[in-house]
Amino acid sequence: MKIAIASGKGGTGKTTVAVNLAAIAQLNGKRSVYVDCDVEEPNGHIFLKPEIDSQQTVTNPVPVIDDEKCDSCGECGKICHFNAIAVILDSVLVFPELCHGCGGCFHACPKGAITESPREVGKIEAGRSYQVEASGKEGIGFIHGILNLNEAMAVPVIRAVRKMIPESEWVVIDAPPGTSCSMVATVRDADYVLLVTEPTPFGLHDLELAYRTVRDLDITAGVVVNRAGTGDSGVGEFCAREGIEILAEIPESREIAEIYSRGSVIINEDEGFASIMAELMKKVEKRIMAEQR
Amino acid sequence: MKIAITAVGPSEEDEMDQRFGRTKYFMIYDTEAGEYQSLSNSSAAAESQGAGIRTGELLSNNGVGALITGHVGPKAFSTLIAAKIKVFSGGKGKVSEIVSRYLAGELKETKGPDVNSHWT
Repeated sequence: MKIAIASGKGGTGKTTVAVNLAAIAQLNGKRSVYVDCDVEEPNGHIFLKPEIDSQQTVTNPVPVIDDEKCDSCGECGKICHFNAIAVILDSVLVFPELCHGCGGCFHACPKGAITESPREVGKIEAGRSYQVEASGKEGIGFIHGILNLNEAMAVPVIRAVRKMIPESEWVVIDAPPGTSCSMVATVRDADYVLLVTEPTPFGLHDLELAYRTVRDLDITAGVVVNRAGTGDSGVGEFCAREGIEILAEIPESREIAEIYSRGSVIINEDEGFASIMAELMKKVEKRIMAEQR
Repeated sequence: MKIAITAVGPSEEDEMDQRFGRTKYFMIYDTEAGEYQSLSNSSAAAESQGAGIRTGELLSNNGVGALITGHVGPKAFSTLIAAKIKVFSGGKGKVSEIVSRYLAGELKETKGPDVNSHWT
């Protein structure tokens, strides 16, 4: 089962929910994997403290022009929606940092003058986390992608991370905030999406956008309200109106905040939080099984 | 020669736009005819990335020889160099006033990008 944790708004507690949902599953005997696709700012590792045992670089195939073969026809520039290649008078300009690596220009070139050259854009690290006591010898599977500094395109790294996700009974995918390409690329093949929000007007605004995105992708979503009891009633009203299920409410708690600030896995230290996560895990599992039936 | 000036509206009485790639309009001044024509840049300005590149391409396709604008970033500048379009810094003011200053030889040619890429 693949569960993506998304939010719309940043800072609502996606990583907190994702890390602890992966941890509680491991504690309950599942083979659990945590995947961090928030490649611009991955931080699940701060809590899971994984032992990394493999590393690989992620490259993007960018075009290289053979001036001998190129007759400046302009076909490559026409097909590129990202303006990474432009033909001006008789010169072909390539802007690798804008290239999404789609390969359109290689195919469009009638002279075969374009070849691919790999350009490093990020890396992937994988390993195991032994932060959960009852995790046995195996530990929680851990994979995260890291986009190189100065790079603008997160999707190639996210795609590469997703390819590495093993078949496992419980995979929790931490999505980037927002509703742009990075978020869509992360959640698109999930069995279920948990939208983490806070009960504030900002939280609600971005929840609406995230919910519409997930609905358009035809993935079932439920909501987790973090810092419940603060803010206003807007999120609750929105969910009731749209028929979206609120699967968990995490109360505003100084203790939870302190454990988080120390970089610890919260279910290890706070029983109330652990039972909320256990309940959430069961509900998500049931919803996915109901979907698959 | 055709001179392109970034403009906030489709008239020579509009202010020059300080932005290059995201300008909505160009006023094209033909030095031989002494006449203005407006050119919409709405499609390039709406690009999610590489607006300056697309805008440079538009000027190249319209046979422009010189550009007067506020600021030009590195990718736009490379595009303009390839298009053999000279870049002049226009300061501030109405398009018609800036063109008069250009014709009087008062504007300075810009030899490189003067702002950073939006991506770095």
